[in-house]
Amino acid sequence: MTWVNAIIQGVLTGGLYALFACGLSLMFGVMKVVNLAHGDLAVVAGYIAVGVITVTHIPVLWSFIIVVPVMAVLGYVLQRTLIQSSLDRGVLTTLIVTFGLSIVIENGLLQFFTANTRGIGSGLALVRDSFSLGPQIQIAYLLVVIFAVAVVVLLGLQYFLSASRYGRLIRAVADDKEAAQLSGADYRHVFGIAAALAFGTVALGGIAYGMYAQLDPTAGTDTILLFAFAAVVIGGLGSLWGTLLGGVVLGVAQQIGAQINISDEVLAGYLVFLAVLVLRPQGLASRRTQS
Amino acid sequence: MTTPLLEVSDLVVHHGQLRALDSISFRVFPGEVYAIIGANGAGKSTLLRTISGLHAPTSGSVLFDGKDVTSWRPERRARGGIVMVPEGRRLFGSLSVEENLRVGATYARPGQWSIERVYETFDWMRERRNQRTAQLSGGEQQTVAIGRALVANPAALLLDELSLGLAPVIVQRIYGMLPAILATGLTVLIVEQDVSQALRVASHIHCLLEGRTTLLGRPEDVTAEQVEAAYFGLAAKLEEGSEPS
Amino acid sequence: MNLLTEPVARPAADLRVTRSRRSVAWTGAGALIVVVVLARMPYMVHSGTTAILAQAFIVLTLASMWNLLAGYAGLVSVGQQLFVGLGAYFVLILAIHGVSPFQALPMAAIGCGVAALPLWWLVSRLRSGYFAIATWVLASAAMLFIERFPSIGSGSGMPMPGLAGYGPVLLSAYTYWAALAVTVAALAAIYLLLRSKLGLALTAIRDDEVAARSSGVRVGLARLLVFVVAGVGCGAAGAVLAISQLQVQPSAVFNIQWTAEMAFATIIGGLGTIEGPILGTAVYMVLQQTLASYNAWYLIVLGLVAITVALFARRGLWGLADEHLHLRLFPVGYWLRD
Repeated sequence: MTWVNAIIQGVLTGGLYALFACGLSLMFGVMKVVNLAHGDLAVVAGYIAVGVITVTHIPVLWSFIIVVPVMAVLGYVLQRTLIQSSLDRGVLTTLIVTFGLSIVIENGLLQFFTANTRGIGSGLALVRDSFSLGPQIQIAYLLVVIFAVAVVVLLGLQYFLSASRYGRLIRAVADDKEAAQLSGADYRHVFGIAAALAFGTVALGGIAYGMYAQLDPTAGTDTILLFAFAAVVIGGLGSLWGTLLGGVVLGVAQQIGAQINISDEVLAGYLVFLAVLVLRPQGLASRRTQS
Repeated sequence: MTTPLLEVSDLVVHHGQLRALDSISFRVFPGEVYAIIGANGAGKSTLLRTISGLHAPTSGSVLFDGKDVTSWRPERRARGGIVMVPEGRRLFGSLSVEENLRVGATYARPGQWSIERVYETFDWMRERRNQRTAQLSGGEQQTVAIGRALVANPAALLLDELSLGLAPVIVQRIYGMLPAILATGLTVLIVEQDVSQALRVASHIHCLLEGRTTLLGRPEDVTAEQVEAAYFGLAAKLEEGSEPS
Repeated sequence: MNLLTEPVARPAADLRVTRSRRSVAWTGAGALIVVVVLARMPYMVHSGTTAILAQAFIVLTLASMWNLLAGYAGLVSVGQQLFVGLGAYFVLILAIHGVSPFQALPMAAIGCGVAALPLWWLVSRLRSGYFAIATWVLASAAMLFIERFPSIGSGSGMPMPGLAGYGPVLLSAYTYWAALAVTVAALAAIYLLLRSKLGLALTAIRDDEVAARSSGVRVGLARLLVFVVAGVGCGAAGAVLAISQLQVQPSAVFNIQWTAEMAFATIIGGLGTIEGPILGTAVYMVLQQTLASYNAWYLIVLGLVAITVALFARRGLWGLADEHLHLRLFPVGYWLRD
């Protein structure tokens, strides 16, 4: 049944959305920053991957080895400089600065890469091929791989946050940054680590997006940011696995919308997002009541 | 004469336009229990927050072990040996008891205190160490907060309003731990609203009223009337035998 | 040491409360002169110039509305393009049914105000970052929704009916006057709003929401009113936009670029003052005209300048001028004079 196919597709797409969303969730959970440039950073990572592959001829699937650390370092630096300065001046400034960053990045990309779309690894069998699970179910290998990567990333993040020294510091700073200072932690540095993690994961999302869809300069705000935010809100803030749940719900909602009317795919996702925002803003996975 | 561990000189602190502390000076020597008392709004917590680095003074200086730390960020002071247990405990609510202690130990100096020793000193903690601190009672939280500060092996331990929100018998039990703490070589600076409690444990008391010092000395050298007068800013004597509440 | 100093004895009758430090009469006359001069522009300059001015007026209206939202009500919206688009489409729908676009303009503006009510209900409980994202989602969802209807052009848009009868010069003049009228009305409305009790309430909310609420200020109502007014203003601007572009395309009218322009113009000019958006729009137009041939560059430069101003000159260029010159064109504050 095509419905089953659509639902499986939606579930797997949730993995991609989770890759986008976990960094956003981390930055909001720890620093209380709504990074409006988050989606554009994924696109930047995608373009960096394109550049790296072109220049070094590294196998496409290994591009992340260079791109992720580069983005992580960029995240640390950006957090310690621009974002920290904005945070010190208030929520309004942070929104304006990240919004400004988003516009600057998008138009910068437009200038240098034009509006033409670009794909990553379009020639690869992994990207092109799919397998069958019965007569009407066709699943792209790439989607399964992306979903697996998302699960691995989330597991890794969960382990890091719960068991490592910096993971503990990140959670402590998120709870009470002044108290963390009194225990000797420089919260600006800890914020930087959290941002590095966020940028690193969104880089993976950007590379995945470049393989699954096509990169274009405005994809960051057209698609990625709102999907990432939808996944975070639907799943519930403060829950890493909630971003996967939220991503899955979003993906499934989109596929159901597409089944009803092919051009309603994205709209269906937004409607679910709005419904959750209005009815249960703390998200589906959260045990808290209205925050 | 030994060097003071902590020396505050002419400290002036503002909250916006309000002058919260007006030229406060005092010295704390190693091994003392220095109690800062005063009514609400007298500036006690502001003083402690300034010493710990969370609040910047308008003028004046804070010297720690001979070094001028006035411009040091809070985390640098904590790593250097000034560790505060803030007002209201301020534990990391989503972390367990043990994780709170581990955070406290992240930047610890070498010394006698360790997580293990905290478990030995506060025997109930070991069984509950994986419990989230948000689920503990007030007194238990206060103890964990003190433990979190102790594992850093501070030279100066700052205790801000320990008794707030706690039943008197719990407060007495917690203050009862002070000798064990002092025995490991710490110096303690406490801010306490409960004057009688402060007088019981302190080696020196310092009374603040509206940001100014009204009394400074040893408990054995001052009378109850003097303390009351300093506390309330009254010249009149109160009835003999009554205690300020 | 004496903390208490002797209070200075001063009879109360010596002090006056006024709305500005300098006389406002000349400002009112000055504004009138400016408006009259602007109104005569189509008789004095080429239609290319009036077209640029019309565009400036659109941005000025939008920026003033964004300023009202963010600078006075504390609502950072990155979805105001929703109302720009709605205004444009209201005019289109009315024009399709035979109403002259120019007559449809005020109706479209009112329609946007009405539409703002249920939309506010959707987002009113959200704070800062969540609110911003929600407004963006609403705008994107609105665009996708409207694109479903072939009768109003679907995804590719359609030309605006009812404009073919005007000659080009006359059309350009009418469009210009419409833009001017909308801007004057918007600024006048904002000025009167901020001088009223609502303005005082907004300032109180901006300074300390909890204190304002405990003083009896109806925070929710104040914000609702601001949201509706901003909806009307942005809708009117969108209506003018549709007329000036002679067509309505969803991707053009529901574009995030409008938010970028109105937000940046406001930030650079000065958030929280009425004069700020005026100055900011001027800066924006200068940048846009000089960098017009460099495509996306003017947005990049605008964005960078806005970021810099937001971080280092919080009150914008007008704020800097105000600090040093105490200049107020639109006196909405209070001064104590003796």
